[in-house]
Amino acid sequence: MAATRLLSDDARKEIDRELAKYPAEQRRSATMSALRIAQVEHRWLTNELIEEVAEYIGIAPVAVYEVATFYNMFDREPVGRHKITVCTNLPCALSGGADAGKYLQQKLGIGYGETTADGRFTLKEGECMGACGYAPVLLMNNHSMCKHMTPEAIDKKLAELE
Amino acid sequence: MLEIEIDGKKLTVPGGSTVMDAAHSVGVHIPHFCYHKKLSIAANCRMCLVQVEKAPKPLPACATPVTDGMKVHTHSDMAVTAQKGVMEFLLINHPLDCPICDQGGECQLQDLAVGYGGSASRYEEEKRVVPNKNLGPLISTDMTRCIHCSRCVRFTEEIAGYQELGMPGRGEHTEVMTFIGKTVDSEISGNVIDLCPVGALTSKPFRYSARAWELSRRKSVSPHDGLGANLVVQVKDHRVKRVLPLENEAINECWIADRDRFSYEALNSEERLTKPLIKQGGVWQEADWQSALEYVVHGLKDIIANHGADSIAAVATEQATLEELYLLKQLFAGLGSQNVETRLRAADFGLKTQGATWLGQSIVDFVGSDAVLVVGSTLRKEQPLIAQRLRQAVKKGAKLAIVNSHGDDLLTTLAGELIVRPDQLVEGVLAVIKAVTEARGVAAPAHIDLAGVEVTDAARAVAAVFEGKDKTSIALGNLAQQNPRYAELHAAAAALAELVGAKLGVFAAAANSVGAQLAGATGAGNVFAQPKKAYVLLNTEVEFDTANGAEALAAVQQADMVVALGSFGSCALEHADVILPVSPFSETSGTFVNVEGKPQSFNGVVRPLGETRPAWKVFRVLGNLLGLENFGFNSSEEVRDLVLAGDVAAKLSNAAVAPVAVKAQAASGVVRLGEVPIYQLDMLTRRAPALQATADALAASQLKANAATLAKLGLAHGGNAQVKQGAGVATLAVALDAGLADDVVRVAANLPATRALGALTAAIEVTQA
Ligand code: SF4
Ligand code: FES
Ligand code: FES
Repeated sequence: MAATRLLSDDARKEIDRELAKYPAEQRRSATMSALRIAQVEHRWLTNELIEEVAEYIGIAPVAVYEVATFYNMFDREPVGRHKITVCTNLPCALSGGADAGKYLQQKLGIGYGETTADGRFTLKEGECMGACGYAPVLLMNNHSMCKHMTPEAIDKKLAELE
Repeated sequence: MLEIEIDGKKLTVPGGSTVMDAAHSVGVHIPHFCYHKKLSIAANCRMCLVQVEKAPKPLPACATPVTDGMKVHTHSDMAVTAQKGVMEFLLINHPLDCPICDQGGECQLQDLAVGYGGSASRYEEEKRVVPNKNLGPLISTDMTRCIHCSRCVRFTEEIAGYQELGMPGRGEHTEVMTFIGKTVDSEISGNVIDLCPVGALTSKPFRYSARAWELSRRKSVSPHDGLGANLVVQVKDHRVKRVLPLENEAINECWIADRDRFSYEALNSEERLTKPLIKQGGVWQEADWQSALEYVVHGLKDIIANHGADSIAAVATEQATLEELYLLKQLFAGLGSQNVETRLRAADFGLKTQGATWLGQSIVDFVGSDAVLVVGSTLRKEQPLIAQRLRQAVKKGAKLAIVNSHGDDLLTTLAGELIVRPDQLVEGVLAVIKAVTEARGVAAPAHIDLAGVEVTDAARAVAAVFEGKDKTSIALGNLAQQNPRYAELHAAAAALAELVGAKLGVFAAAANSVGAQLAGATGAGNVFAQPKKAYVLLNTEVEFDTANGAEALAAVQQADMVVALGSFGSCALEHADVILPVSPFSETSGTFVNVEGKPQSFNGVVRPLGETRPAWKVFRVLGNLLGLENFGFNSSEEVRDLVLAGDVAAKLSNAAVAPVAVKAQAASGVVRLGEVPIYQLDMLTRRAPALQATADALAASQLKANAATLAKLGLAHGGNAQVKQGAGVATLAVALDAGLADDVVRVAANLPATRALGALTAAIEVTQA
């Protein structure tokens, strides 16, 4: 049982909306959505948060943990305010994706999976985002896709971010 | 029915069968790992690939439904190539550490690798290494060996009812584990050891103590709950090394509970007695059997001569065999005493039935009911495997309801749940009866007085489970049988059963609860309430095996003579005068009659330890020394055949001899809900170190109450409390239990910490500590 309440009422309401999409005995189907909602609210998923999501849905915590560890868009370690995910799968890598990644590493002074000391940026490697034609592509905080990310475009994007 | 041909054999199978089912039905073996007949289909190991004519590629037999006219080849070139390919992949990351693996010699991967593996590996890269997990005191892990068949995960979710194990991670990073920091705490968890096809999950107590091929396998029957699970006891050098299930679909299926599996540790305990002991001048002296038995005979004769035959009494736990209990009763009858009792945890002996109380039907029929009501039971801990079977029944559509004194999660869906104070169980059942009479417009029988009974929505929900159902059952659990108003509770349950057309059943708390009644070893009632001059205790530790440990202890302490027959000395050393070492179930032949009235005889699996003797032989010698007639038995089988002569079924009955009047009573004040913890059931479970280290055992000595009661008593979750009943005092850790009624304080009995307390269902004083 989680000692404190981590999920806000709003988050709970949102999860309720997801739960309503499935039959009562299939509540676990809402696990992915619930984790997404929890992550948006808390930026990353602590074990306590995972346990609270499980309790809220009414399934075993390990079942939620399985989902949280399966998909790499779920973060189980602290991330910076802006999580930048670079696609480094083959089509992107061949059209500048690998270079975009290298440029970002150099510019931010961190490697993949690391966060800048000021907590502003986290850099991650991602899998194909289905946008190979727009390579190199980056995904910001799992939600907005940036395409044709040349060094100039990257500079411009980073400057916009707090 | 569908026609199918497997390896040239033609057969017909019911629609919905898989190729695997069909193959099994004609004895064709298809190699497999993840498939298990009791678990859902995962089809993730791919070992079962077979060739199906007209299919372009091999198909997994476990997940391929049979279609009409299908032709399957399990050993064709295509099938074998596929199977060998799968095996090569499985072995890529497997450590191949068979020489140091406990599973070696009984490993499905090892066996199949012999058939389908290459003699050398083409894989030269690094293998993955997976850290081991702490799953608790029962299951040992070597996770690098795991082949991710997910049987263990599916077991916890589907059979045990709660997914304690999972497979976090993806691809190469997948690992079987619990949620961070948790152990596997199910009362039937040990079955994952049998299910694991490799050496990833093995028995912790057994670890590195013997090789599979060094062990002899002997059949036996579990001495714990009344299910009578069938066992394979594995033995080396006259020591029990390990216990495994013996499949019996009608009783335990292919499972056993953890106490069936791990209680054997007690058989090899340091506390085992090896020689008779006589106390002389307050000091224990070893003695030979002859002198010890003569001492007993003289002692008993003396006391009878001076105080009459009614001044002696015998008690036994229902872990004793049918033969032992019968001879004990005969011995006492020969001495002129009827004071023999095995219902040591009962508080009300007013119920007289027409036969031995039992489940009322077979286990298979019981779990095949469309609706079941369980009254007064910590079901998962009292009857772990019946709870499991009911869980499966609920999945298939059966309705399960409870009238109980706590709301412990049964890990299944309840259609009705009525929680009452332990001294209001009768009123709980009356409320359900009233709900039925109102809903159906029928009247309750005359001896059931419904005046003043309030019908709650919860009672209506329980009553509703019987609505429109054909095969229904009501069963009384241990909490019901230990209730101080058991006779009324039984009468109320019987009346309810009559009204709704249900079969009434009584669960058997111990392996031989039904057998004890058939042997005639019950009927004396509480022999400790009015202390006797002499006691004969068979496998009984008075403070741990009785409803009121304080009262029983006081009675034996004041007695002139106490004869303790048991396997362990520790408890009787303080108050006995003679201790006779007798065999536990593993060292004697005997019979247990299970909850469905089925006698199951077994042989000793090892020879008696030291000078230990089977109790039935001890009673035979005592009978002869006392010059009693009819003690000339040559074998335990002769005793059994005499006791069970005729139709056993005719001797079973839950019907009361005469109707017991039932009337609602009011109750108030703080009341104790006393129950026997799962691993305090009998002398074996109490002495099994691994069981005593489980979460269940560790939590047993907590005092539990709901939030309102805690507040009222000034207690807090995590704090301590002092409880008092009569002269007995205990200090216990406090925990919140939201499933209790108000003013109920749950304090388990028969624990070292609580043995000095009084009655199980009675007033209790609680203060902060
Ligand atoms: S631990 Fe054993 S049973 Fe569980 S997934 Fe691995 S191989 Fe299968
Ligand atoms: S490979 Fe990068 S988006 Fe597809
Ligand atoms: S047994 Fe069929 S895929 Fe595992």
